[in-house]
Amino acid sequence: MLSERSPLSLRAAAIGGLLFLHLPILLIFLYAFTTEERSFQFPPPGLTTQWFTTAWYDRPDIWPPLWLSLKVATIATSIALILGTLVAAAMTRTAFFGRDQISLLILLPIALPGVITGMALRSAFGIMDIPFSVWTIVLGHATFCIVIVYNNAVARLRRLSGGIMEASADLGANAFQTFRHVLLPNMGSALLAGGMLAFALSFDEVIVTIFTAGSGAEAKTLPIWMLDELIRPRQRPVTNVVAIVVFAATFFPILAAYYLTRGGSETAGMGK
Amino acid sequence: MTAAPAILPARSLADRLTATFWRHPRVLLAILLTPPLLWLGVVYLGSLAALLLQSFYSIDEFSGVVKQEFTLKTYAELLRPSNFDILVRTVIMAASVTLACAVLAFPIAYYAARYAKGHWKAAFYLGVMLPLWSSYLVKVYAWKLILAKEGIIGWAAERTHTSWIIDGLLSIPGLEGSSLSTSPLGTFAVFVYIWLPYMILPMQAALERVPNSMLEASADLGATRAQTFRTVILPLALPGVIAGSIFTFSLTLGDYIIPQIIGNSANFIGMAVYQLQGTAGNIPLAAAFAVVPILIMLVYLWLARRMGAFDAL
Repeated sequence: MLSERSPLSLRAAAIGGLLFLHLPILLIFLYAFTTEERSFQFPPPGLTTQWFTTAWYDRPDIWPPLWLSLKVATIATSIALILGTLVAAAMTRTAFFGRDQISLLILLPIALPGVITGMALRSAFGIMDIPFSVWTIVLGHATFCIVIVYNNAVARLRRLSGGIMEASADLGANAFQTFRHVLLPNMGSALLAGGMLAFALSFDEVIVTIFTAGSGAEAKTLPIWMLDELIRPRQRPVTNVVAIVVFAATFFPILAAYYLTRGGSETAGMGK
Repeated sequence: MTAAPAILPARSLADRLTATFWRHPRVLLAILLTPPLLWLGVVYLGSLAALLLQSFYSIDEFSGVVKQEFTLKTYAELLRPSNFDILVRTVIMAASVTLACAVLAFPIAYYAARYAKGHWKAAFYLGVMLPLWSSYLVKVYAWKLILAKEGIIGWAAERTHTSWIIDGLLSIPGLEGSSLSTSPLGTFAVFVYIWLPYMILPMQAALERVPNSMLEASADLGATRAQTFRTVILPLALPGVIAGSIFTFSLTLGDYIIPQIIGNSANFIGMAVYQLQGTAGNIPLAAAFAVVPILIMLVYLWLARRMGAFDAL
Protein backbone atom coordinates (compact mmCIF):
# COMPACT_ATOMS: atom_id res chain seq x y z
CA MET A 1 0.00 0.00 0.00
CA LEU A 2 1.36 3.35 -0.97
CA SER A 3 1.15 6.07 1.59
CA GLU A 4 -1.17 8.91 0.63
CA ARG A 5 0.84 11.38 2.67
CA SER A 6 3.81 12.97 1.04
CA PRO A 7 7.27 12.73 2.53
CA LEU A 8 8.05 15.87 4.49
CA SER A 9 11.17 16.64 2.47
CA LEU A 10 9.20 16.53 -0.78
CA ARG A 11 6.51 18.85 0.56
CA ALA A 12 9.15 21.25 1.85
CA ALA A 13 10.95 21.26 -1.50
CA ALA A 14 7.70 21.82 -3.41
CA ILE A 15 6.54 24.69 -1.23
CA GLY A 16 10.04 26.13 -1.20
CA GLY A 17 10.00 26.05 -4.99
CA LEU A 18 6.71 27.93 -5.12
CA LEU A 19 8.01 30.55 -2.70
CA PHE A 20 11.11 30.91 -4.89
CA LEU A 21 8.79 31.71 -7.78
CA HIS A 22 6.76 34.31 -5.91
CA LEU A 23 8.84 36.12 -3.29
CA PRO A 24 11.04 38.06 -5.74
CA ILE A 25 7.99 39.82 -7.18
CA LEU A 26 6.97 41.05 -3.72
CA LEU A 27 10.23 43.00 -3.50
CA ILE A 28 9.09 45.13 -6.46
CA PHE A 29 6.20 46.32 -4.30
CA LEU A 30 8.40 47.00 -1.28
CA TYR A 31 10.93 49.04 -3.24
CA ALA A 32 8.19 51.28 -4.67
CA PHE A 33 7.88 52.76 -1.16
CA THR A 34 11.55 53.22 -0.32
CA THR A 35 13.00 56.65 0.37
CA GLU A 36 16.33 55.65 -1.19
CA GLU A 37 16.37 56.51 -4.89
CA ARG A 38 20.00 55.89 -5.83
CA SER A 39 20.62 52.33 -4.72
CA PHE A 40 18.74 49.14 -3.94
CA GLN A 41 19.54 49.26 -0.24
CA PHE A 42 17.84 46.59 1.87
CA PRO A 43 16.06 47.08 4.20
CA PRO A 44 14.77 50.43 2.85
CA PRO A 45 15.94 53.28 5.12
CA GLY A 46 12.42 54.75 5.17
CA LEU A 47 9.02 54.37 3.62
CA THR A 48 7.11 56.94 1.57
CA THR A 49 4.28 57.09 -0.95
CA GLN A 50 5.74 60.09 -2.78
CA TRP A 51 6.86 58.05 -5.81
CA PHE A 52 3.27 57.35 -6.81
CA THR A 53 2.52 61.09 -7.03
CA THR A 54 5.87 61.73 -8.71
CA ALA A 55 5.09 59.12 -11.35
CA TRP A 56 1.62 60.56 -11.89
CA TYR A 57 2.48 64.30 -12.01
CA ASP A 58 6.17 64.83 -12.64
CA ARG A 59 7.11 62.18 -15.17
CA PRO A 60 5.43 63.03 -18.49
CA ASP A 61 7.79 60.54 -20.18
CA ILE A 62 5.73 57.64 -18.79
CA TRP A 63 2.43 58.44 -20.49
CA PRO A 64 3.19 58.18 -24.24
CA PRO A 65 4.76 54.69 -23.84
CA LEU A 66 1.78 53.59 -21.75
CA TRP A 67 -0.72 54.71 -24.40
CA LEU A 68 1.36 53.18 -27.17
CA SER A 69 1.51 49.82 -25.37
CA LEU A 70 -2.24 49.83 -24.80
CA LYS A 71 -2.84 50.69 -28.44
CA VAL A 72 -0.48 48.04 -29.79
CA ALA A 73 -1.87 45.38 -27.45
CA THR A 74 -5.45 46.23 -28.42
CA ILE A 75 -4.85 46.09 -32.16
CA ALA A 76 -2.65 42.99 -31.99
CA THR A 77 -5.21 41.20 -29.80
CA SER A 78 -8.04 42.05 -32.22
CA ILE A 79 -6.12 40.70 -35.20
CA ALA A 80 -5.10 37.59 -33.26
CA LEU A 81 -8.70 36.98 -32.14
CA ILE A 82 -9.96 36.95 -35.72
CA LEU A 83 -7.11 34.92 -37.24
CA GLY A 84 -6.82 32.54 -34.27
CA THR A 85 -10.55 31.75 -34.26
CA LEU A 86 -10.61 31.19 -38.02
CA VAL A 87 -7.75 28.75 -37.97
CA ALA A 88 -9.15 26.97 -34.89
CA ALA A 89 -12.49 26.53 -36.65
CA ALA A 90 -10.75 25.08 -39.70
CA MET A 91 -8.56 22.73 -37.68
CA THR A 92 -11.37 21.15 -35.66
CA ARG A 93 -13.67 20.56 -38.63
CA THR A 94 -11.94 18.02 -40.77
CA ALA A 95 -8.76 16.19 -41.37
CA PHE A 96 -7.05 17.62 -44.41
CA PHE A 97 -3.73 17.51 -46.11
CA GLY A 98 -1.10 19.65 -44.39
CA ARG A 99 -2.95 19.89 -41.08
CA ASP A 100 0.09 18.99 -38.97
CA GLN A 101 2.23 21.45 -40.90
CA ILE A 102 -0.26 24.22 -40.20
CA SER A 103 -0.34 23.52 -36.46
CA LEU A 104 3.47 23.64 -36.49
CA LEU A 105 3.38 26.94 -38.38
CA ILE A 106 1.04 28.48 -35.80
CA LEU A 107 3.25 27.28 -32.96
CA LEU A 108 6.55 28.36 -34.48
CA PRO A 109 6.46 32.08 -33.53
CA ILE A 110 6.48 31.23 -29.81
CA ALA A 111 8.44 27.99 -30.06
CA LEU A 112 11.48 29.73 -31.54
CA PRO A 113 13.30 32.19 -29.27
CA GLY A 114 11.99 35.75 -29.57
CA VAL A 115 15.30 37.00 -30.87
CA ILE A 116 14.83 34.89 -34.01
CA THR A 117 11.31 36.18 -34.64
CA GLY A 118 12.56 39.70 -34.02
CA MET A 119 15.64 39.40 -36.20
CA ALA A 120 13.61 37.71 -38.96
CA LEU A 121 11.10 40.58 -39.04
CA ARG A 122 13.97 43.08 -38.88
CA SER A 123 15.64 41.39 -41.89
CA ALA A 124 12.38 41.45 -43.85
CA PHE A 125 11.82 45.15 -43.10
CA GLY A 126 15.42 45.78 -44.15
CA ILE A 127 15.10 43.94 -47.46
CA MET A 128 11.75 45.52 -48.31
CA ASP A 129 12.68 49.00 -47.04
CA ILE A 130 9.69 49.17 -44.72
CA PRO A 131 10.14 52.04 -42.22
CA PHE A 132 9.59 51.29 -38.53
CA SER A 133 6.23 52.40 -37.13
CA VAL A 134 3.47 51.37 -34.79
CA TRP A 135 2.35 48.96 -37.51
CA THR A 136 5.65 47.10 -37.64
CA ILE A 137 5.30 46.53 -33.88
CA VAL A 138 1.71 45.31 -34.33
CA LEU A 139 2.81 42.96 -37.11
CA GLY A 140 5.19 41.13 -34.79
CA HIS A 141 2.84 41.07 -31.80
CA ALA A 142 -0.18 39.78 -33.72
CA THR A 143 1.96 36.97 -35.16
CA PHE A 144 2.85 35.46 -31.79
CA CYS A 145 -0.57 36.23 -30.25
CA ILE A 146 -2.42 34.08 -32.82
CA VAL A 147 -1.27 30.87 -31.15
CA ILE A 148 -2.58 32.00 -27.75
CA VAL A 149 -6.09 32.59 -29.08
CA TYR A 150 -5.85 29.45 -31.20
CA ASN A 151 -4.96 27.25 -28.21
CA ASN A 152 -7.95 28.46 -26.22
CA ALA A 153 -10.42 28.34 -29.11
CA VAL A 154 -9.37 24.92 -30.36
CA ALA A 155 -9.64 23.38 -26.88
CA ARG A 156 -13.17 24.70 -26.49
CA LEU A 157 -14.24 23.62 -29.99
CA ARG A 158 -12.98 20.08 -29.35
CA ARG A 159 -15.06 19.85 -26.20
CA LEU A 160 -18.14 21.23 -27.91
CA SER A 161 -20.34 18.42 -29.18
CA GLY A 162 -20.92 18.47 -32.91
CA GLY A 163 -24.55 17.66 -32.17
CA ILE A 164 -25.53 21.21 -31.37
CA MET A 165 -24.35 22.38 -34.77
CA GLU A 166 -26.40 19.70 -36.48
CA ALA A 167 -29.39 20.51 -34.29
CA SER A 168 -29.11 24.13 -35.32
CA ALA A 169 -29.01 23.16 -39.00
CA ASP A 170 -31.98 20.82 -38.54
CA LEU A 171 -33.96 23.67 -37.06
CA GLY A 172 -33.37 25.65 -40.24
CA ALA A 173 -30.52 27.94 -39.26
CA ASN A 174 -27.95 28.73 -41.93
CA ALA A 175 -24.22 28.70 -41.26
CA PHE A 176 -24.13 32.36 -40.24
CA GLN A 177 -27.06 32.04 -37.87
CA THR A 178 -25.48 28.96 -36.33
CA PHE A 179 -22.24 30.88 -35.86
CA ARG A 180 -24.02 33.88 -34.33
CA HIS A 181 -26.49 32.08 -32.06
CA VAL A 182 -24.85 28.75 -31.27
CA LEU A 183 -21.11 28.79 -31.80
CA LEU A 184 -20.25 32.27 -30.56
CA PRO A 185 -22.12 32.05 -27.21
CA ASN A 186 -20.47 28.69 -26.56
CA MET A 187 -17.01 29.97 -27.39
CA GLY A 188 -17.36 33.37 -25.74
CA SER A 189 -15.50 32.69 -22.52
CA ALA A 190 -12.71 30.78 -24.27
CA LEU A 191 -12.20 33.65 -26.71
CA LEU A 192 -12.29 36.18 -23.88
CA ALA A 193 -9.67 34.17 -22.01
CA GLY A 194 -7.50 33.83 -25.11
CA GLY A 195 -7.90 37.52 -25.86
CA MET A 196 -6.86 38.52 -22.36
CA LEU A 197 -3.81 36.27 -22.40
CA ALA A 198 -2.86 37.67 -25.80
CA PHE A 199 -3.30 41.20 -24.46
CA ALA A 200 -1.11 40.45 -21.46
CA LEU A 201 1.54 38.89 -23.68
CA SER A 202 1.58 41.82 -26.09
CA PHE A 203 1.47 44.51 -23.40
CA ASP A 204 4.56 43.04 -21.78
CA GLU A 205 6.57 41.95 -24.83
CA VAL A 206 10.02 43.42 -25.22
CA ILE A 207 12.31 40.90 -26.96
CA VAL A 208 10.63 41.02 -30.36
CA THR A 209 9.48 44.63 -29.98
CA ILE A 210 12.98 46.07 -29.82
CA PHE A 211 13.68 44.67 -33.28
CA THR A 212 10.44 45.94 -34.79
CA ALA A 213 10.11 49.34 -33.11
CA GLY A 214 13.18 51.12 -34.42
CA SER A 215 14.96 53.65 -32.24
CA GLY A 216 12.51 56.56 -32.51
CA ALA A 217 11.08 58.04 -29.31
CA GLU A 218 7.56 57.80 -30.73
CA ALA A 219 7.93 54.01 -31.00
CA LYS A 220 8.77 53.43 -27.34
CA THR A 221 6.44 50.94 -25.70
CA LEU A 222 6.19 50.74 -21.92
CA PRO A 223 8.48 47.67 -21.64
CA ILE A 224 11.10 49.46 -23.77
CA TRP A 225 10.79 52.48 -21.49
CA MET A 226 11.32 50.18 -18.52
CA LEU A 227 14.35 48.56 -20.13
CA ASP A 228 15.89 52.02 -20.65
CA GLU A 229 15.32 52.80 -16.97
CA LEU A 230 16.95 49.51 -15.98
CA ILE A 231 20.04 50.28 -18.01
CA ARG A 232 20.24 54.02 -17.17
CA PRO A 233 18.34 54.39 -13.88
CA ARG A 234 17.03 57.67 -12.49
CA GLN A 235 14.48 57.87 -9.67
CA ARG A 236 14.59 54.09 -9.27
CA PRO A 237 11.40 53.85 -7.16
CA VAL A 238 9.42 55.43 -10.03
CA THR A 239 10.46 52.46 -12.16
CA ASN A 240 9.00 50.26 -9.43
CA VAL A 241 5.72 52.15 -9.54
CA VAL A 242 5.51 51.56 -13.30
CA ALA A 243 6.56 47.93 -12.75
CA ILE A 244 3.58 47.52 -10.42
CA VAL A 245 1.29 48.89 -13.14
CA VAL A 246 2.76 46.50 -15.73
CA PHE A 247 2.49 43.64 -13.27
CA ALA A 248 -1.17 44.43 -12.60
CA ALA A 249 -1.89 44.78 -16.32
CA THR A 250 -0.68 41.21 -16.86
CA PHE A 251 -1.70 39.66 -13.51
CA PHE A 252 -5.44 40.34 -13.59
CA PRO A 253 -6.09 39.20 -17.18
CA ILE A 254 -4.28 35.92 -16.41
CA LEU A 255 -6.29 35.35 -13.26
CA ALA A 256 -9.52 36.14 -15.12
CA ALA A 257 -8.55 33.84 -17.98
CA TYR A 258 -7.94 31.05 -15.47
CA TYR A 259 -11.37 31.41 -13.89
CA LEU A 260 -13.09 31.69 -17.28
CA THR A 261 -11.75 28.37 -18.52
CA ARG A 262 -11.47 26.49 -15.24
CA GLY A 263 -12.98 23.04 -14.89
CA GLY A 264 -12.00 21.57 -18.22
CA SER A 265 -8.94 19.92 -19.59
CA GLU A 266 -8.46 23.17 -21.48
CA THR A 267 -7.45 25.56 -18.71
CA ALA A 268 -5.85 28.64 -20.17
CA GLY A 269 -2.19 29.29 -19.96
CA MET A 270 -0.68 25.86 -20.30
CA GLY A 271 1.52 26.98 -23.13
CA LYS A 272 3.00 30.40 -23.43
CA MET B 1 -53.75 21.90 -45.00
CA THR B 2 -50.64 21.40 -47.07
CA ALA B 3 -47.64 19.57 -45.70
CA ALA B 4 -44.56 21.74 -45.18
CA PRO B 5 -41.78 20.81 -47.57
CA ALA B 6 -38.97 18.77 -46.08
CA ILE B 7 -36.41 21.13 -47.53
CA LEU B 8 -36.86 24.78 -46.80
CA PRO B 9 -36.55 27.09 -49.78
CA ALA B 10 -33.44 29.24 -49.80
CA ARG B 11 -34.48 32.59 -48.35
CA SER B 12 -31.33 34.60 -48.80
CA LEU B 13 -27.74 34.69 -49.93
CA ALA B 14 -26.72 33.35 -46.53
CA ASP B 15 -28.85 30.26 -47.07
CA ARG B 16 -27.41 29.68 -50.51
CA LEU B 17 -23.86 30.03 -49.13
CA THR B 18 -24.71 27.54 -46.40
CA ALA B 19 -25.83 25.07 -49.03
CA THR B 20 -22.55 25.57 -50.89
CA PHE B 21 -20.57 24.97 -47.70
CA TRP B 22 -22.57 21.79 -47.12
CA ARG B 23 -22.02 20.44 -50.61
CA HIS B 24 -18.39 21.55 -50.84
CA PRO B 25 -16.79 21.53 -47.38
CA ARG B 26 -13.45 22.46 -48.97
CA VAL B 27 -14.83 25.89 -49.92
CA LEU B 28 -15.55 26.71 -46.29
CA LEU B 29 -12.19 25.30 -45.26
CA ALA B 30 -10.44 27.51 -47.79
CA ILE B 31 -12.36 30.59 -46.65
CA LEU B 32 -11.48 29.87 -43.00
CA LEU B 33 -7.83 29.13 -43.65
CA THR B 34 -6.89 31.77 -46.19
CA PRO B 35 -6.59 34.84 -43.93
CA PRO B 36 -4.54 33.22 -41.12
CA LEU B 37 -2.33 31.30 -43.54
CA LEU B 38 -1.73 34.41 -45.60
CA TRP B 39 -0.70 36.28 -42.47
CA LEU B 40 1.57 33.55 -41.09
CA GLY B 41 2.90 32.63 -44.50
CA VAL B 42 3.73 36.15 -45.60
CA VAL B 43 4.66 37.81 -42.32
CA TYR B 44 6.30 34.93 -40.52
CA LEU B 45 7.65 32.50 -43.08
CA GLY B 46 8.49 35.44 -45.32
CA SER B 47 10.51 36.96 -42.52
CA LEU B 48 12.31 33.72 -41.77
CA ALA B 49 13.19 33.48 -45.46
CA ALA B 50 14.47 37.06 -45.32
CA LEU B 51 16.57 36.09 -42.31
CA LEU B 52 18.12 33.18 -44.18
CA LEU B 53 18.69 35.35 -47.24
CA GLN B 54 20.38 38.11 -45.20
CA SER B 55 22.67 35.55 -43.56
CA PHE B 56 24.06 34.63 -46.98
CA TYR B 57 24.84 38.27 -47.77
CA SER B 58 27.96 39.96 -46.50
CA ILE B 59 29.00 43.40 -45.45
CA ASP B 60 31.66 45.44 -47.19
CA GLU B 61 34.27 46.04 -44.50
CA PHE B 62 35.25 49.48 -45.76
CA SER B 63 31.95 51.07 -46.71
CA GLY B 64 29.74 49.13 -44.29
CA VAL B 65 27.21 48.57 -47.07
CA VAL B 66 25.45 45.21 -47.35
CA LYS B 67 26.53 43.38 -50.51
CA GLN B 68 23.51 41.53 -51.83
CA GLU B 69 25.24 38.53 -53.38
CA PHE B 70 25.42 34.94 -52.22
CA THR B 71 28.41 34.12 -50.03
CA LEU B 72 29.31 31.85 -47.12
CA LYS B 73 31.78 34.42 -45.82
CA THR B 74 29.43 35.59 -43.09
CA TYR B 75 28.99 32.08 -41.73
CA ALA B 76 32.77 31.63 -41.77
CA GLU B 77 33.01 34.71 -39.55
CA LEU B 78 31.06 32.83 -36.87
CA LEU B 79 34.07 30.53 -36.50
CA ARG B 80 36.43 33.37 -35.57
CA PRO B 81 37.63 32.74 -31.99
CA SER B 82 35.80 35.79 -30.57
CA ASN B 83 32.52 34.79 -32.18
CA PHE B 84 32.94 31.07 -31.55
CA ASP B 85 33.45 31.85 -27.83
CA ILE B 86 30.02 33.46 -27.81
CA LEU B 87 28.42 30.33 -29.24
CA VAL B 88 30.17 28.04 -26.77
CA ARG B 89 29.38 30.28 -23.80
CA THR B 90 25.70 30.44 -24.75
CA VAL B 91 25.36 26.68 -25.20
CA ILE B 92 27.09 25.99 -21.85
CA MET B 93 24.79 28.48 -20.13
CA ALA B 94 21.68 27.00 -21.78
CA ALA B 95 22.71 23.47 -20.80
CA SER B 96 23.41 24.34 -17.16
CA VAL B 97 20.21 26.38 -16.87
CA THR B 98 18.22 23.44 -18.28
CA LEU B 99 19.82 21.04 -15.81
CA ALA B 100 19.17 23.31 -12.84
CA CYS B 101 15.57 23.87 -13.94
CA ALA B 102 14.98 20.12 -14.20
CA VAL B 103 16.31 19.53 -10.67
CA LEU B 104 14.34 22.43 -9.13
CA ALA B 105 11.16 21.67 -11.05
CA PHE B 106 10.93 18.00 -10.14
CA PRO B 107 9.74 18.25 -6.51
CA ILE B 108 7.15 20.90 -7.44
CA ALA B 109 5.84 18.94 -10.41
CA TYR B 110 5.86 15.64 -8.52
CA TYR B 111 4.07 17.02 -5.49
CA ALA B 112 1.48 18.80 -7.62
CA ALA B 113 0.89 15.72 -9.76
CA ARG B 114 0.70 13.07 -7.03
CA TYR B 115 -0.17 14.58 -3.70
CA ALA B 116 -1.91 17.93 -4.20
CA LYS B 117 -5.68 17.56 -4.14
CA GLY B 118 -8.61 19.96 -4.51
CA HIS B 119 -7.74 23.48 -3.46
CA TRP B 120 -4.07 22.68 -3.17
CA LYS B 121 -4.03 21.44 -6.74
CA ALA B 122 -5.54 24.71 -7.97
CA ALA B 123 -3.13 26.68 -5.79
CA PHE B 124 -0.16 24.82 -7.25
CA TYR B 125 -1.42 25.30 -10.76
CA LEU B 126 -1.98 29.03 -10.32
CA GLY B 127 1.25 29.24 -8.36
CA VAL B 128 3.17 28.07 -11.42
CA MET B 129 1.06 29.77 -14.06
CA LEU B 130 1.08 33.29 -12.61
CA PRO B 131 4.88 33.62 -12.55
CA LEU B 132 4.97 32.08 -16.04
CA TRP B 133 2.76 34.78 -17.46
CA SER B 134 3.59 37.80 -15.33
CA SER B 135 5.75 40.47 -16.84
CA TYR B 136 9.16 39.25 -17.95
CA LEU B 137 10.86 42.61 -17.39
CA VAL B 138 9.35 43.04 -13.94
CA LYS B 139 10.75 39.64 -12.97
CA VAL B 140 14.21 40.53 -14.27
CA TYR B 141 14.03 43.85 -12.45
CA ALA B 142 13.11 42.09 -9.20
CA TRP B 143 16.33 40.12 -9.46
CA LYS B 144 18.36 43.27 -9.99
CA LEU B 145 17.01 44.39 -6.61
CA ILE B 146 17.79 41.05 -5.01
CA LEU B 147 21.30 40.56 -6.36
CA ALA B 148 22.56 44.12 -5.90
CA LYS B 149 25.50 44.38 -3.51
CA GLU B 150 23.42 46.42 -1.05
CA GLY B 151 20.33 44.24 -1.70
CA ILE B 152 18.54 41.60 0.30
CA ILE B 153 20.99 38.72 -0.25
CA GLY B 154 23.95 40.82 0.79
CA TRP B 155 22.02 42.02 3.82
CA ALA B 156 20.99 38.50 4.83
CA ALA B 157 24.54 37.20 4.36
CA GLU B 158 25.93 39.97 6.53
CA ARG B 159 23.39 39.32 9.27
CA THR B 160 24.15 35.61 9.32
CA HIS B 161 27.92 36.12 8.90
CA THR B 162 27.98 34.14 5.67
CA SER B 163 29.27 36.87 3.35
CA TRP B 164 32.42 34.76 2.93
CA ILE B 165 30.37 32.21 0.95
CA ILE B 166 29.34 34.83 -1.59
CA ASP B 167 32.85 36.29 -1.70
CA GLY B 168 34.21 32.79 -2.20
CA LEU B 169 31.81 32.09 -5.05
CA LEU B 170 32.62 35.42 -6.66
CA SER B 171 36.34 34.68 -6.64
CA ILE B 172 36.02 31.40 -8.57
CA PRO B 173 37.68 31.92 -11.97
CA GLY B 174 35.00 32.47 -14.60
CA LEU B 175 32.43 33.63 -12.08
CA GLU B 176 34.15 36.82 -10.94
CA GLY B 177 32.18 39.95 -10.27
CA SER B 178 32.01 42.79 -7.78
CA SER B 179 28.61 41.50 -6.66
CA LEU B 180 26.21 38.73 -7.64
CA SER B 181 24.48 41.09 -10.04
CA THR B 182 27.65 41.54 -12.08
CA SER B 183 28.73 37.88 -12.01
CA PRO B 184 27.78 35.11 -14.47
CA LEU B 185 26.38 33.40 -11.39
CA GLY B 186 23.69 36.10 -11.27
CA THR B 187 22.88 35.65 -14.96
CA PHE B 188 22.52 31.93 -14.34
CA ALA B 189 20.23 32.41 -11.32
CA VAL B 190 17.92 34.76 -13.20
CA PHE B 191 17.71 32.46 -16.22
CA VAL B 192 16.76 29.57 -13.94
CA TYR B 193 14.14 31.67 -12.18
CA ILE B 194 12.54 33.02 -15.35
CA TRP B 195 12.34 29.71 -17.25
CA LEU B 196 11.53 27.40 -14.32
CA PRO B 197 7.72 27.40 -14.90
CA TYR B 198 8.29 26.25 -18.49
CA MET B 199 9.90 23.11 -17.07
CA ILE B 200 7.36 22.49 -14.31
CA LEU B 201 4.21 22.41 -16.46
CA PRO B 202 5.19 19.71 -19.00
CA MET B 203 6.87 17.69 -16.25
CA GLN B 204 3.71 17.79 -14.16
CA ALA B 205 1.62 16.76 -17.16
CA ALA B 206 3.90 13.76 -17.77
CA LEU B 207 3.90 12.76 -14.09
CA GLU B 208 0.11 12.93 -13.95
CA ARG B 209 -0.01 10.28 -16.66
CA VAL B 210 2.01 7.80 -14.57
CA PRO B 211 -0.64 5.36 -13.29
CA ASN B 212 -0.75 4.73 -9.56
CA SER B 213 -1.08 1.01 -10.19
CA MET B 214 2.46 0.92 -11.59
CA LEU B 215 3.84 2.47 -8.42
CA GLU B 216 1.87 -0.05 -6.35
CA ALA B 217 3.12 -2.91 -8.50
CA SER B 218 6.66 -1.67 -8.03
CA ALA B 219 6.18 -1.55 -4.27
CA ASP B 220 4.57 -5.01 -4.27
CA LEU B 221 7.59 -6.40 -6.05
CA GLY B 222 9.72 -5.12 -3.21
CA ALA B 223 11.25 -2.01 -4.70
CA THR B 224 12.34 0.70 -2.34
CA ARG B 225 11.25 4.30 -2.86
CA ALA B 226 14.55 5.09 -4.55
CA GLN B 227 14.31 2.06 -6.84
CA THR B 228 10.74 2.94 -7.83
CA PHE B 229 11.84 6.45 -8.59
CA ARG B 230 14.79 5.35 -10.70
CA THR B 231 13.21 2.50 -12.62
CA VAL B 232 9.54 3.51 -12.90
CA ILE B 233 8.87 7.20 -12.34
CA LEU B 234 11.92 8.69 -14.03
CA PRO B 235 11.63 6.79 -17.35
CA LEU B 236 7.92 7.57 -17.55
CA ALA B 237 8.49 11.24 -16.73
CA LEU B 238 11.29 11.60 -19.27
CA PRO B 239 9.11 12.85 -22.16
CA GLY B 240 7.92 15.69 -19.91
CA VAL B 241 11.46 16.53 -18.89
CA ILE B 242 12.56 16.59 -22.53
CA ALA B 243 9.58 18.73 -23.53
CA GLY B 244 10.40 21.18 -20.73
CA SER B 245 14.08 21.17 -21.61
CA ILE B 246 13.23 22.15 -25.17
CA PHE B 247 11.70 25.35 -23.80
CA THR B 248 14.37 26.17 -21.24
CA PHE B 249 17.20 25.39 -23.65
CA SER B 250 15.79 27.29 -26.59
CA LEU B 251 14.70 30.31 -24.54
CA THR B 252 18.12 30.61 -22.91
CA LEU B 253 19.83 30.30 -26.29
CA GLY B 254 17.97 33.32 -27.61
CA ASP B 255 17.63 35.65 -24.65
CA TYR B 256 19.50 38.94 -24.75
CA ILE B 257 17.80 41.05 -22.05
CA ILE B 258 18.91 39.11 -18.98
CA PRO B 259 22.66 39.00 -19.75
CA GLN B 260 22.46 42.69 -20.65
CA ILE B 261 21.02 43.68 -17.26
CA ILE B 262 22.55 41.10 -14.95
CA GLY B 263 26.05 39.70 -15.34
CA ASN B 264 29.48 40.80 -16.46
CA SER B 265 28.30 41.84 -19.95
CA ALA B 266 29.99 38.81 -21.51
CA ASN B 267 28.42 38.28 -24.90
CA PHE B 268 25.69 35.75 -25.67
CA ILE B 269 24.15 34.82 -29.04
CA GLY B 270 21.09 36.99 -28.47
CA MET B 271 23.17 39.99 -27.41
CA ALA B 272 25.42 39.57 -30.43
CA VAL B 273 22.39 39.61 -32.73
CA TYR B 274 21.01 42.68 -30.99
CA GLN B 275 24.25 44.64 -31.10
CA LEU B 276 25.19 43.67 -34.64
CA GLN B 277 21.86 44.72 -36.14
CA GLY B 278 21.74 47.93 -34.08
CA THR B 279 24.85 49.98 -33.49
CA ALA B 280 27.13 47.92 -35.73
CA GLY B 281 24.63 47.80 -38.60
CA ASN B 282 25.96 44.40 -39.66
CA ILE B 283 22.66 42.73 -40.49
CA PRO B 284 24.17 39.75 -42.37
CA LEU B 285 26.29 38.67 -39.41
CA ALA B 286 23.38 39.30 -37.02
CA ALA B 287 21.22 37.08 -39.23
CA ALA B 288 23.88 34.36 -39.30
CA PHE B 289 24.06 34.46 -35.49
CA ALA B 290 20.26 34.16 -35.32
CA VAL B 291 20.32 31.08 -37.56
CA VAL B 292 22.59 29.26 -35.08
CA PRO B 293 19.92 28.72 -32.36
CA ILE B 294 17.59 27.34 -35.04
CA LEU B 295 20.24 24.82 -36.11
CA ILE B 296 21.09 23.92 -32.51
CA MET B 297 17.41 23.35 -31.72
CA LEU B 298 17.00 21.14 -34.80
CA VAL B 299 19.91 18.98 -33.67
CA TYR B 300 18.49 18.97 -30.14
CA LEU B 301 15.07 17.80 -31.35
CA TRP B 302 16.68 15.16 -33.53
CA LEU B 303 18.72 13.83 -30.60
CA ALA B 304 15.65 13.84 -28.35
CA ARG B 305 13.81 11.79 -30.95
CA ARG B 306 16.73 9.39 -31.31
CA MET B 307 16.72 8.90 -27.55
CA GLY B 308 13.08 7.94 -27.76
CA ALA B 309 11.81 10.95 -25.88
CA PHE B 310 8.75 11.22 -28.11
CA ASP B 311 7.87 7.52 -28.17
CA ALA B 312 5.91 7.66 -24.95
CA LEU B 313 3.91 10.71 -25.99
